[in-house]
Amino acid sequence: MTNVSSNRQPMKLQTRRTLTAYTFLIVPLLFFISIRIFPTLYAFSLSFMTQDHTSGTIDNYKQLLQDPVFWKSVLNTGLYVIVTVPLQMALGLIIALGIQRVRHFRWFYRMIYFLPYITSIVAVSWVWRLMYDQNTGVFNQILTWLHIPPQGFLGDPNESLLSVSAVMIWQAMGFSMLIFMAGLEAVPKHFYEAAQIDGASKWKMFWKITFPLLNPTIVFLAVTGVIQSLQSFTQIQNLTGGSAANAGGPLNSTLSIVVYMYKNAFTDFNMEYASAITVVLFIIILLVTLIQLRILNKSYEY
Amino acid sequence: MKKSKFTIFIAMIICVLILTSACGKKDDSNSGKVTITYWQYTFPQKVDIIKDLIKKFEAENPNIKVVAQDFPYDQYNQKIAAAVNAKKGPDIMNLYYGWLPQYQQKGYIQSIPEDFMSANDIESYYIPMIQASKINGKYYGLPVAVRSLALFWNKDMFKAAGLDPEKPPKTWDELITMAKQMTKMKANGQYEQEGFAWDVNGQGYHTFEEVLLRQWGIIPFSDDGKTVQWSSSPEGLEAFKYWVNMTKEEKIGDRNFLTDYNTAFKAGKAGMMIDGSFSVAATKEAAKFAWGVTTLPVREEGGIKSNFGSYWTNSLAKGLSGEKLKAAEKFLKFLISEDTQKEWLDKVGELPAAASFSNDDSIKSDPIYGPFVEGLADAHATLFVDEAKERDSINNAVESILLKNAPFDKTFENLVKEQQKIRDQYYK
Amino acid sequence: MKKKKREIGAVFIHIFLLAGVMIVAFPFIWMILSSLKSISDFYNFSFLPKKIDWSGYQYIFQETEFLRWYWNSIVVAVTVTISCLIFNSLVGYVLAKHRFPGAKIVFILILSTLMIPTEMLVIPWYVMGSDFGWVDTYWGIMFPGLIEAFGIFLMRQFMLGVPDDILDAARIDGMGEFKIWWRIALPQVKPALSALGIITFLGNWNAYLWPVIITATDNMRTLPVGISLFSTADAGGIKWNLIMCMSTMAVIPMIIVFLFFQKRIVEGIAMTGVKG
Repeated sequence: MTNVSSNRQPMKLQTRRTLTAYTFLIVPLLFFISIRIFPTLYAFSLSFMTQDHTSGTIDNYKQLLQDPVFWKSVLNTGLYVIVTVPLQMALGLIIALGIQRVRHFRWFYRMIYFLPYITSIVAVSWVWRLMYDQNTGVFNQILTWLHIPPQGFLGDPNESLLSVSAVMIWQAMGFSMLIFMAGLEAVPKHFYEAAQIDGASKWKMFWKITFPLLNPTIVFLAVTGVIQSLQSFTQIQNLTGGSAANAGGPLNSTLSIVVYMYKNAFTDFNMEYASAITVVLFIIILLVTLIQLRILNKSYEY
Repeated sequence: MKKSKFTIFIAMIICVLILTSACGKKDDSNSGKVTITYWQYTFPQKVDIIKDLIKKFEAENPNIKVVAQDFPYDQYNQKIAAAVNAKKGPDIMNLYYGWLPQYQQKGYIQSIPEDFMSANDIESYYIPMIQASKINGKYYGLPVAVRSLALFWNKDMFKAAGLDPEKPPKTWDELITMAKQMTKMKANGQYEQEGFAWDVNGQGYHTFEEVLLRQWGIIPFSDDGKTVQWSSSPEGLEAFKYWVNMTKEEKIGDRNFLTDYNTAFKAGKAGMMIDGSFSVAATKEAAKFAWGVTTLPVREEGGIKSNFGSYWTNSLAKGLSGEKLKAAEKFLKFLISEDTQKEWLDKVGELPAAASFSNDDSIKSDPIYGPFVEGLADAHATLFVDEAKERDSINNAVESILLKNAPFDKTFENLVKEQQKIRDQYYK
Repeated sequence: MKKKKREIGAVFIHIFLLAGVMIVAFPFIWMILSSLKSISDFYNFSFLPKKIDWSGYQYIFQETEFLRWYWNSIVVAVTVTISCLIFNSLVGYVLAKHRFPGAKIVFILILSTLMIPTEMLVIPWYVMGSDFGWVDTYWGIMFPGLIEAFGIFLMRQFMLGVPDDILDAARIDGMGEFKIWWRIALPQVKPALSALGIITFLGNWNAYLWPVIITATDNMRTLPVGISLFSTADAGGIKWNLIMCMSTMAVIPMIIVFLFFQKRIVEGIAMTGVKG
């Protein structure tokens, strides 16, 4: 302990610190435990029951292991993560940097790029569906004009996942942009000034100063981005689901783990099986996050 | 000192929250009255008519108060599941007949009490179609109105294609021929106009299961609902091929055209569609062209007629007993009365479910509702055990044929196996 | 010479950004234009309305509880956002700047709650809510969201960047921990707080699944729930123009909130990076 004021009574200070910490944490922690932890444990316990109420079985898990639809959803979810997270972060960063460089109309650009994130998913999904429409959609109109054959997009199992991913990226990059904006502003200006005096180029400044100092931001966006992407649901549900279509289709090509769980819980009323899916998902997310934190979290000396 | 500031602040927030939450609470102290809750999904005309009916009912029964609540259709099942799990479910719930087997299995609903309406009473009161809701010899819901399918056709498009606008097709072959004349496709395979709004998820799979299969001589399911009989003769595969080939080979329509079959027709871009009576009001509002309704096509002139009927029923929650049960029964009786059904037809556009209306000429001669009523006489309601799963399975089969060029016979065989598996799982 | 280079560079960036704007905003513009179409116009799938039709807006203001839904959404979003800003930053601050036994466990515990999809928690929440009589109330809608792990994580990351010496200096001066958080630490992370404000407001403004489950009557519904009433094919067809009208109106507070907060993210420069 190299604390300045700890000379006289180090133990007492430490205990007091701990006490303070927990005083501040007690209400939030209680809240978390009752709102998140307990319900989760309840949901997890359901996974050990089957529909005819026999408890203490791992039948659901056995069924899960052999369920080809479940594994397809795992594959799809992995693809969603790999495709969307890096792209939305990269785009968000590029836009945030670009906005920082210009002098006028910053608020306008920020607002427009943020719009996709704030617009209601229902309205937005239907606009996208119309744009993707194989026969009359504007994308195919453009492709035809460029003499490229029309594509199936949401209707083609080979393109559907990418089509949905495009919508996810479109929505999420504004969010990345916002966080990067905050992160960029938090970089102390005197670093840039010092580097400029030393004659560093813009490119070098970015890689040696900005990028490293954005590390906490990048870690944050990567970890939360992956966690959220692993739980993809609303865009898929709205773009491929509804009364006239099959959520997660066509042929389960866009099905994610959470969409599959939702189907089991609320369309098939098989809460128990759905809970088992949730448990497996939780384990996946936990493992991925721990690995990520290990790799990404480096501290930088100032 | 600082701690107290903190506590004051927290206390303030808690006060605000309690105050605002108090705004939402309702005063439900009722003296001497029995209150029952009725849940339905949000269909504006249905919500309105239920409101009126409740007023009438409460006037006649001053000791009973009925609280009606409605929820968005997409989340309706979830809402009920959550509420019932929390033991705060409704007393009476409006359910799609296809959901009854699952609700019954999960223990959410009880059978209609014998002393209120026995199975015999029910069967003699209603048209035969509703017997699809008999589970283990008991009925779990009472409908007010039923729906059937009919063929909608776009008279203006017929005329433009050189067809007689007053002569819709009578057989399936005629339908395909006429549809071909109205289909407009670009060189690259994109539809500009489809002759027939072919689809699976809307009414397509119903059309296949209850109309085509039967007309091709197959009874889709055994009487007890446990066996899938689609491949009981090679005609089953033939019917399946015929149906899917409408979009695959004959190219008279595409299920993805203009997002769905209903939209395509309303937009005036589909020559014909098969849809239920619930579509009439919306079509009236949106269609900017002359259109008509007729009975469904048959395989050959004079051949078997068949139709798919469906309905929403009103079910009693499990555990409902005593005074509340009696009150609920009274409301149910009121709801399914013949007077209510007539009003329902006028305001909602769904056909009366009581058998007494089968010979009602005023409905039969109505140009729009007539074909639906005619279709009712030959209508069958599919005995679903898991409507969503069954629909998914047939959808996947069709898509593997259309998107992956899977062979018809193999795919159909697997489809029947899958459908049988779904039934086996339910009945085990 | 250098100034000219910078100006040309700026123009290029403007062009690049504007191109992106057109792509990004296109669906949004379509939505606004569609809100001015009549239902049959909608089925023509043209980009521009044939004739400007205000009937959609008329309908939602006169025939539905739209205004009430709007108000409910505002109440919920504002309350939860304030609560989150306070509690998330408090917990984030403690986790970042205090070393105490169990800190890591607490952090992981909180972080782990991010990994459970809320779709699964909806039923236990409903059981809890109805047991306590919170069904169909503001509190019922709000309680699951008053503090949450995402915000704590965000605040913790940004609190890590607050220089320890400032805090220690305050401690030496005898400031209480709470005051240190309120007066010293918080202002240092204004950009992050603003970002969190926007995100939290947005998350609650657009929340759908939980509000639909916990509300029962029309006048407690929030905006997304109200919009979904018109988006089923069954009840007489999807009312496109109404959905577009409501969605267009729904975006307005979000834009206001965003413009308000985004300035503060930028203004934060004044406080961060100040020497010693």
